[in-house]
Amino acid sequence: MEIEAHDDDLDAVGALGDPVRRALYRFVVGQGRDVGREEAATAAGIGRTLAAFHLDKLVEAGLLEQGFRRLTGRTGPGSGRPAKVYRRGAGERAVSLPPRDYRTMALILAEAVETLGGEEQAEAAARRAGERLAADAVPDADLSALLARRGYEPYEEDGRIRLRNCPFHVLADDRPLLVCSMNLALCQGLLSASGTGERAVLDPRPGECCVVFSPGPSGGGASNGDGAFHEGDASKSNEN
Amino acid sequence: MHLAQLNVAQLIAPLDAPQLADFVAALEPINAIADTAPGFVWRLKGGDQPTDTVKHDYGDHLLVNFSVWESREALWNFVYRSPHLPVLRRRREWFHRVAEPYTVMWWVPRGYTPSLEEGMARLDLLRSQGPTSEAFTFQDFYDFSGT
Repeated sequence: MEIEAHDDDLDAVGALGDPVRRALYRFVVGQGRDVGREEAATAAGIGRTLAAFHLDKLVEAGLLEQGFRRLTGRTGPGSGRPAKVYRRGAGERAVSLPPRDYRTMALILAEAVETLGGEEQAEAAARRAGERLAADAVPDADLSALLARRGYEPYEEDGRIRLRNCPFHVLADDRPLLVCSMNLALCQGLLSASGTGERAVLDPRPGECCVVFSPGPSGGGASNGDGAFHEGDASKSNEN
Repeated sequence: MHLAQLNVAQLIAPLDAPQLADFVAALEPINAIADTAPGFVWRLKGGDQPTDTVKHDYGDHLLVNFSVWESREALWNFVYRSPHLPVLRRRREWFHRVAEPYTVMWWVPRGYTPSLEEGMARLDLLRSQGPTSEAFTFQDFYDFSGT
């Protein structure tokens, strides 16, 4: 591990030491879209100038990115100057003391699984891991709370739970077929303890985790074309 | 520059066999998603029907996908971040597992339409030389500056 890169990570995480700054960061990344200064200031309960100061510190640390956008929706003369907006930075930060490097080992293991043609066993192991996590979870924790604790950043859309963050991003980028399939199996395992009839299916779209949770057949409410191209239920994906 | 990609797959049975019914059923909707995907430029079509597959002289059971995209991201998002992914996951039900590379990418000038012969030659190049700036993969990707 390179010392300088490690220092950058430490500095970035250090920037979140301030509770106001941390609140601003959490608010911006929780929206999943560009956020203006005014909105962020209101959410954090602070003044616009102070919010601007902290937001720019977060940009300096690489935790947020900034852009310019007309927030009014108007264009042309009289629409005013584009406002500064903020969104989550693209990079990721990891700090481990003492230094640990699980990422490199995970990438190697993923390559080995594919070389051995062990995808099916990997999915089965992921499902078991999901079941164990569900069994260890607080008994009355609901699915969203469980997913939030696993770093998925769940949010609701059209009666389904979508996941803003992929906790396995680097791996999913390197070996999407293997890793997204394992993550689906893990999510299906997480559901095993709930018994609410919810289903985890793949509904990929750019920039998010590809797993979506739908109410089960008895739950109703999902009218979203969840059909021929999803292999939602556990038995089916085991056939691969 | 635009990104050309070719992938080939050995079908386990003729396209009209019952084992391939789900695959054939997915052709039309998935092709429609590709054709309207952001950054899609071109794909080789087998005919006027949405389910027509590419005709070629490289063997009866070889299925060919050949397309051009504006960027790596555009192609990646179609392959892995669209309804194409769940279909791709079922590949073992329809295609033989192969040890050698079955997909290849390379850069082409904007407005240029590569030929299938050229694509197969790039795949041969990848198979014989490993990834280079002339023939590469998502995992061993080369930007058009050659890095």
